[in-house]
Amino acid sequence: MNTKLTKVLATSIAAVALTATLAGCGKGSASSSTEGSGEIALWTHNAGNPDELAAVQKIVDSYNGSQDKVKIKVQAFPQDSYNDSVVSAAAAGNLPCIVDIDGPNVPNWAWAGYLKPLELDADLSKQLPSTVAEWDGKPYAVGYYDVALAMMARGSDLKAAGVRVATIEQPWTKEEFQDALTKLKGLGKWEYPLDLGTAGTGEWLPYAYSPFLQSFGGDLVNRDGFQSADGTLNGDKAVAWAEWFRGLADQAFMAKKSGKDSTQDFLNNKSAIVYTGSWAGDKAKAALGDDLVVMPPVDLGEGPKIGGASWQWGVTSKCSNSEAAMDYLSYSLKPENVAAVAKATGAIPASNEAAAQIPAFAEDGANRIFMDFSRKYAVMRPETPAYPFIATEYGKAVQDILNGADAKSTLDSAVKAIDANIKSNGGYKN
Amino acid sequence: MKNQLLLRSAGAMLVRILFAVVAAFPIVFMLVSSLKPDQQIFGDMSSLAAFLPIGNISFDNYAAVFDRVPAARFLLNSVGVSAVTVILGIFVNSLCAFALSRMQVRGKKIVFTAILATLIVPFQTLALPLVWWVNQLPYFELNGFSLEFSKGWLDTYQVQIIPFIANAFSVYLFHQYFESIPKELDEAARIDGAGWFKIYRQVVMPLSGPATATVAILTFLPAWNSYLWPLMVVQSEELRPVMIGIQYFFQLNVSWGEVMAYASLITVPVVVLFIAFQRSFVNSIASSGVKG
Repeated sequence: MNTKLTKVLATSIAAVALTATLAGCGKGSASSSTEGSGEIALWTHNAGNPDELAAVQKIVDSYNGSQDKVKIKVQAFPQDSYNDSVVSAAAAGNLPCIVDIDGPNVPNWAWAGYLKPLELDADLSKQLPSTVAEWDGKPYAVGYYDVALAMMARGSDLKAAGVRVATIEQPWTKEEFQDALTKLKGLGKWEYPLDLGTAGTGEWLPYAYSPFLQSFGGDLVNRDGFQSADGTLNGDKAVAWAEWFRGLADQAFMAKKSGKDSTQDFLNNKSAIVYTGSWAGDKAKAALGDDLVVMPPVDLGEGPKIGGASWQWGVTSKCSNSEAAMDYLSYSLKPENVAAVAKATGAIPASNEAAAQIPAFAEDGANRIFMDFSRKYAVMRPETPAYPFIATEYGKAVQDILNGADAKSTLDSAVKAIDANIKSNGGYKN
Repeated sequence: MKNQLLLRSAGAMLVRILFAVVAAFPIVFMLVSSLKPDQQIFGDMSSLAAFLPIGNISFDNYAAVFDRVPAARFLLNSVGVSAVTVILGIFVNSLCAFALSRMQVRGKKIVFTAILATLIVPFQTLALPLVWWVNQLPYFELNGFSLEFSKGWLDTYQVQIIPFIANAFSVYLFHQYFESIPKELDEAARIDGAGWFKIYRQVVMPLSGPATATVAILTFLPAWNSYLWPLMVVQSEELRPVMIGIQYFFQLNVSWGEVMAYASLITVPVVVLFIAFQRSFVNSIASSGVKG
């Protein structure tokens, strides 16, 4: 190796190392140990979403300015790694006072002892039901917003194919959907006219596809006691769902693995219908204008369904100043605060009072339709501590079925694993 | 005959170029896409244009990266953590290997085998207990002129460095290389009055350039790519490394241009390091018969 280059590299490395070592004399500012000094740490998942983070920070600043007993300090994490960070902190006994949580995970975190039941001055009955997470009859988390899934298409494409626009009053039936896809495919404009986001992973799989299962009449688990998935996840209706779902790929209506960004592919005219969420509404509207049509999911027998619950806030069980943490949460649920976060995210505000403050969600507002979907079709993901395991098993089953595995035996295997997990955890009883 | 040889070597060169082009495709795609707006990235995907800097080209994505995440801070953190881990790793592991290679100590074969045995335990299985463990360790902090004591290393730089200094694979690499250095050199140095540390410092290490370069690269890469550990033990933004930073871009509406710009930024230091140490790296791999 060139000697001069080696020396330059070695000197640079040594300089940087020294800088880093000196800087290392300090401890990070997010440590929950600061809580003894009248400071309460709040962890949130939205480091990668500057608008939402700014809205949360504004609420915190406003609360900090409204009293002088306690200061809330925000620490933001990237969404995809947030849960792992919280679980590790819990293992080390280093959780902050306030955390945000993806709604379906709340029962698991409550069961694991991370969270304590909420005792808020705010009236939770005014919240959209899907924005309050309960377990064992008690509220453990509350959110500022929800999101809703929908089908988006270009009105001009539907018209060209002779397909009617689905509405809340008259969603597409299974047969109509099949007919619409056949006609759209017949136009020859797209290799796959439908994009259900099949490249998605993780929570997307149960969030996006279990509503189809529920619309068929199946479910992820028997909700009566949440002790078994037998008969609900592998019954006749569930098998019918699985065969229908794979049939969409077998008939080349959709790809077994879609592009990484379904919304962008749709906007680039690589698909005729995209199944995505309210978060993509503003982007699609900006690109397509009045040609964009937002439609409810298909009625596959039991009516259209979408997943309920998004990110919510809870107080950790070892918080040394939970009274102040609860006080902050009550403060943060004021309609103007809820409206500010919903505005920043484009999400559905959690209360009518907040919705009234956002023109897009007022009656006839551009985004009102998502709120209507949420009210009419939202089904909570099973409110059981077993949910993360159920979601993982269901996700694996979806991918296997899509890749050609036998529907019945795949669902049977998922049920067997889920039932064994519930049993080995003593039924996840409190 | 000469023409035939020329033709054969040209053919071999062509195959090599073909392999190089295929290997370079993802990197070229990353660099080129970092200069394009999202819509164009996806629009170009089905043609060769995906690999060409044509169309609406700008550095907007790079500007957006610095707006969206404290990229400079993350880069500095990673450079610092990786550099300190490499420097201390070379020192500690080479000393260990030197002792195992040169000193006549009873049971050293068992110690060496025990060190190698740790290679079969995947880090993921140790991660959670290690989090608990590092949170029990004492912590000293200088506050003015007084030394303050507290418990727990979470959310610090040292928790990203110290657990990764001792490395069984590095010990093995140094050990194998030291074994190839004639022991007569040690004896000659001893006759000249050198002690163990002087032999290590002035005889063995100067002859172990390729092994040192290999250990440097093999320590640097996991330190630079470290993801699971920092996300478990670091909460403060100001202490996060580059790999955690990439997660900032994966919210609901992903901006792929920004992802590519960030990925390009964090790839550059690794490429520079590899090019700088390439010859030594190849030499060491060839001489130790070890695949990296």
